[in-house]
Amino acid sequence: MSNNEQTLRFCSSAIMMRIKTPKNGRVRRELEKRAPKLVETGKKTLILQGTKTSGTLNGVLSEIYHLKKGGAVRFTRKNDNIRPFESGGEASLEFFSLKTDCSLFVYGSHSKKRPNNLVIGRMYDHHVYDLVEVGVENFKSIESFNYDKKMAPRVGSKPFIAFVGEGFENVDELKHLKEVLLDLLRGEVVENINLAGVDRAYVCTAISLNKVYLTHCALRLKKSGTVVPRMELVEVGPSMDLVVRRHRLPNEGLRKEAMRTAKDQPKKKVKNVSSDAIEGTIGKIYIPDQKVGDVALPNKAKGVKRERREAKKKEANERASKKQREESE
Amino acid sequence: METESQKPFHVDVGNLLAFNPFHNFPSLPTSREELVKECLQEGTKLVQAVADSLFNLPSTEDVDGPLVKLPPPSTKLPREKHLPKPKPPTKWEEFAKKKGIQKRKKDKVVWDEQTGTWKRRFGYDRVNDDKDIPIIEAKMADEPGADPFAKRQDDKKKRVEKQEKNRLQNLKQAAKIGALPSHVQLAATALPITGTQAPPKKVTKDELGNVAGMAATATASGGKFDRKLPGEKPAKKQGKHRKFLPVVEGSGIGSREKEQTENVLNKLISKHSHEILNVGKAVTMYNVKKEKRARNKRSQEGKSASATNKLKPKKQLHKNTGKKGPGSSKKGKAK
Repeated sequence: MSNNEQTLRFCSSAIMMRIKTPKNGRVRRELEKRAPKLVETGKKTLILQGTKTSGTLNGVLSEIYHLKKGGAVRFTRKNDNIRPFESGGEASLEFFSLKTDCSLFVYGSHSKKRPNNLVIGRMYDHHVYDLVEVGVENFKSIESFNYDKKMAPRVGSKPFIAFVGEGFENVDELKHLKEVLLDLLRGEVVENINLAGVDRAYVCTAISLNKVYLTHCALRLKKSGTVVPRMELVEVGPSMDLVVRRHRLPNEGLRKEAMRTAKDQPKKKVKNVSSDAIEGTIGKIYIPDQKVGDVALPNKAKGVKRERREAKKKEANERASKKQREESE
Repeated sequence: METESQKPFHVDVGNLLAFNPFHNFPSLPTSREELVKECLQEGTKLVQAVADSLFNLPSTEDVDGPLVKLPPPSTKLPREKHLPKPKPPTKWEEFAKKKGIQKRKKDKVVWDEQTGTWKRRFGYDRVNDDKDIPIIEAKMADEPGADPFAKRQDDKKKRVEKQEKNRLQNLKQAAKIGALPSHVQLAATALPITGTQAPPKKVTKDELGNVAGMAATATASGGKFDRKLPGEKPAKKQGKHRKFLPVVEGSGIGSREKEQTENVLNKLISKHSHEILNVGKAVTMYNVKKEKRARNKRSQEGKSASATNKLKPKKQLHKNTGKKGPGSSKKGKAK
C-alpha cells in the first residue's frame, strides 16, 4: 500500500513525524477497514514457519490455512529470527502482524528438543499478548480420511465448537489452550446465520493432563420429529493430538485493557431526570439566583462604533457651525 | 469409561460453542479408534445441545434458507485492537457549539445571477470565481500602485494557508490524546537503518543506566545542574579518579606534599639508586624516540620538497651506545 504524503510536518516526542493522508479512495478505504472498531468481528491469522520444519508440520500448517481460507495469510519462507518465547525474538512477528493486520499467529518449527512444534499466539495492538506452545502428534491429514465428498463442509462456514473434558476446567494450561483454540477456530462473529449453512464442527477432548485430541468433522443433519434435526458427526478434516509444552499468560494490566468492551463503561448517572409512568420523562431545572445588577455589560463593539461615529459627526457639525460663526463674525 | 451425563453443559450459542466440564477418562481406551469413537460420541452430544438452542431461536425465511439472529457471544475474548477513542472536537466545532451555530447542508449547484444558469459551488466553472471578475473599483483606502487582482489572490492564498495550519493543529491535538482519524497516519521522517536481519541488540541494565549520564555530558556544564527525575542516581564519573593535594595544609604528621617529595628523593638519592634505574633500557628508549622523531621530520620534509633530498645530512648509521642516559647526569649534580 503506497500512501502519498503531505509535506507538512510536526514534532511529536523525540522523532520528527510527518502526516500521511491517502490521496486514493481505495487506500483510504483499506485504512478504515484496519482501524480499531468498537465491536470487533473477526481476527485474521498469520501462518508461518521457523528455520526447520518437518513433513508433518508442513501438512499441519497448510491444512490450518485451508480451514481458515478467508481470514488467514500464509508465509512460506523460513524465518530464523523469530523466537516467540524470547524477549527479543518477537520483533519480526510484530512487524508482520502490523503489515498484514493479523492478530492471531501460528508459528511452526521442528527441532530435536521440540519436535513438530506449534506456537499459537495472539496479539493486542500488534504486540504479543499471549502464547501457547503445543506439539503435534498423530497427525492425520484431510486426504487420509475417506468420506462421502458431498458432505464436505464449505469454506468459510461458521463451525460448531465442542470442548470435552474436565481438564479444560482444572488445568491452567488447558484452560489457556481452550481460550486460544476458541479464538483460532471460531471465524467471523456474525449476527445472523443461515441454518442451512451449518456443516462443520470441531471437537476437542482433553485426553490427559496435557494432551488434547482435536478433530474436524462434517455435520449431517438428519430428520427428527421436532424442529431440531439430529446431528451426526463424520470425521473429515485433519485430526491431531496436541501436547501442551509451554505457555505464557498475558500480564494483568494488559489483560484488563484487552478485555475492556465499550459496554463496560459505567453508565453515567444522569442527574435531575426522573421518569413517570403517566407523564414520561421529567427533568428538574434549578435556576440560580440571578443578580441582574451585577451582570457585566456586554462589549457591544457595534454600538460603540455607532456612538463614536455619531459623536464624531456631532463634533464635526459643531466645528463646522463654529467656523461659520467665526467667518461670519 | 464412565461419563457423567449431567445436563449442565456450558452452551454459548453466540459462538456455537459447547463445553462439557464433567467428562474424564478414568482409563485411556486401549486403541486409537476407540478413543476417536468416544470423542466423537461426546462431541455429538455437545453439538446436539447447541443445535437444540440454535434451532429454537426465532427464524425469518430467506432465499437460501431460514435465517436466525444469533445472540451475542457470552464467552469474553480479548480484543485485537484498543478501543477507539472518540475524536476531540476541533477548534471550529467548539466555537460553533459555544455560539450556537448550526451546520447547514449546502447544495452542489448554485444559481448564478450573471449568466442565469445553475453553476457548481466549487470546481471547474464555478459560481463566484476570482478569474471572472472583470473590473474592481478602487476604494479610497487603496494605494495608487497596488494591483487589486494580485491582492485578491494573495488574500486567498493566505486564507488557504491559515486553514491548513488550523487543520494540522487539530490533527496534532487529536494525536496528542491518541485519537487520530483512521485514514491519517504518522510516519517518522528519519527511520533507523534496518537493512540486515540482525537480531536487535540486547542492552544491558548498566548501559541503560549510563545513557542519561552520557547524554548529559554534552551540555555546557557537563550535566551537573540538570534537573533530575525523582529517583534518578547521579551519573557515574568516567575516567581515572585524579586526586590532588590540598593547596593549604599545616605541617605535622599529615603533611602530604612533604611526604610525597621525600619519597621520590629518597628513591633517587639512595645508595642503591643506580640499581633502580635500568640504564641500558633508558638509553635504548631515548635513542628510539630520537630516531622516530628524525624519521617523521624527514618524511614530512620529504613530502613537501623531495628535490632537495641530496642536501640533507646523511642518516646516522651507527648507534650511539656511548651516550649516557639522563639519570647519570642527575647523579652527578646531586652529589
